[in-house]
Amino acid sequence: MRELLAQAAAVAAKDLLLELRSRTAFLSMLAFTMLVLAIFNFARDPTAVSASDLAPSTLWITFSFAGLLGLNRGFALERENRAIDGLLLAPLSRSALYLGKVLANLAFVGAVEAIALPAFALFFNVPVLPVLGPLVLVIVLATVGFVAVGTLLSAMAVATRFAELMLAVLMLPFLMPPVSAAAQITARLFSGRPFAEQVGWLKILVGYDIVFVILCILVFDWTVEE
Amino acid sequence: MTEPARVTGAVPGRSHVWLWLALALLAGVYVRALAFTPVERVQGLAQKIFYIHVPSAWAAFLAFIVVSACSVGYLVLKDQRLDLIAASSAEVGVVFTSGVLLTGPIWAKPIWGAWWTWDARLTSTLFLWFIFFGYLVMRSAVGEPGQRARYSSVLGILGAPLVVFIHVSVTLFRTTHPQPVVLKPQGPTLPGEMLTTLLLSVAVFTVFYLALTARRYALAKAELARAQALAEGDHAA
Repeated sequence: MRELLAQAAAVAAKDLLLELRSRTAFLSMLAFTMLVLAIFNFARDPTAVSASDLAPSTLWITFSFAGLLGLNRGFALERENRAIDGLLLAPLSRSALYLGKVLANLAFVGAVEAIALPAFALFFNVPVLPVLGPLVLVIVLATVGFVAVGTLLSAMAVATRFAELMLAVLMLPFLMPPVSAAAQITARLFSGRPFAEQVGWLKILVGYDIVFVILCILVFDWTVEE
Repeated sequence: MTEPARVTGAVPGRSHVWLWLALALLAGVYVRALAFTPVERVQGLAQKIFYIHVPSAWAAFLAFIVVSACSVGYLVLKDQRLDLIAASSAEVGVVFTSGVLLTGPIWAKPIWGAWWTWDARLTSTLFLWFIFFGYLVMRSAVGEPGQRARYSSVLGILGAPLVVFIHVSVTLFRTTHPQPVVLKPQGPTLPGEMLTTLLLSVAVFTVFYLALTARRYALAKAELARAQALAEGDHAA
């Protein structure tokens, strides 16, 4: 178990180092996120729909689309010069490879979310600070779920024609449970409802994370077998 | 990459016999549903769509279970036939799912007053359609057969818990879909003649599903044989 985690950390560190040196993917994802937040504000009738009514949907559409764009990066960079062959030949279990990719994607998507959240609070004039604790918990739970599934799907999607579009077609159905649960909880948190009321939705988020993380580790082997 | 093998002419095998039988039974069950089953008192003739809608939904879910089961089977046994059955079942499943999604609104408009609502069953069926569709799109985008089989099996396995999660998360919203009238703890509450017609149509749709899948499977095998023959021809030349 310790060895698995050490190997996964090594894969994640490699990915993050690559990203740290170029910063292209991170910066473009960040710019994309800010743009979506800004555009969303204009995609409504300000006299009929207040910014706060639209805020939870905006937050979750932005996060899930940003995640979708970022997820292709992890395996796309391994396809260049067939770097994936090196990873597969390395003395490293497939589960560690998958977990490493998930960790790197989590750090990546999490960093974008951490910067986007204050911008969201600013643009939409939402009191994020009073509910920050529960909100961060919900963001973490939802992000873990869709990054776990997305990392696995992207390992397959990058090997197909139209990789970006393919990931979106495969991924969007899987976004439905975590995004709907997260958006419901977020909306209720913003309207001042107690967090304890959201147990049903939280169970869905936690259950989704457990089921899909385990399942994805189990089936990942077959997505990289050559 | 080999070019897709198109098989022209008759599909080999006996599967067409089953297909004709299924179509004949289908005609029979509708004669019964329309002429020999009482008209529902509140909903009137609109309720007759029930005998297409419910069995289609059954066949769609059966197709999905077959896809998931064959996907697990393929990854364990690496038998190419299981992959072809899963692919055939997914293609037939998308047809039945489309049937459910088309017949539902026709009934819903006069009864609910709206073509569509985001009810638990409607949403899960719609997403079932998306999953089937993604599965088939994925298959068409991967050229190498072994890789295609592995990828689609992974997708077939992940799809099963997803359908459950989608259903549960939408059930937390209010549901307006009619509740089950047959499969429920207190036993069926559907009147006897309607129940018989429904069960008959479910049985017929099962035969119909099996016949279509068997026929699609025979075609898939023929396509594969042709692709292999073409590949060998290339080697020889």
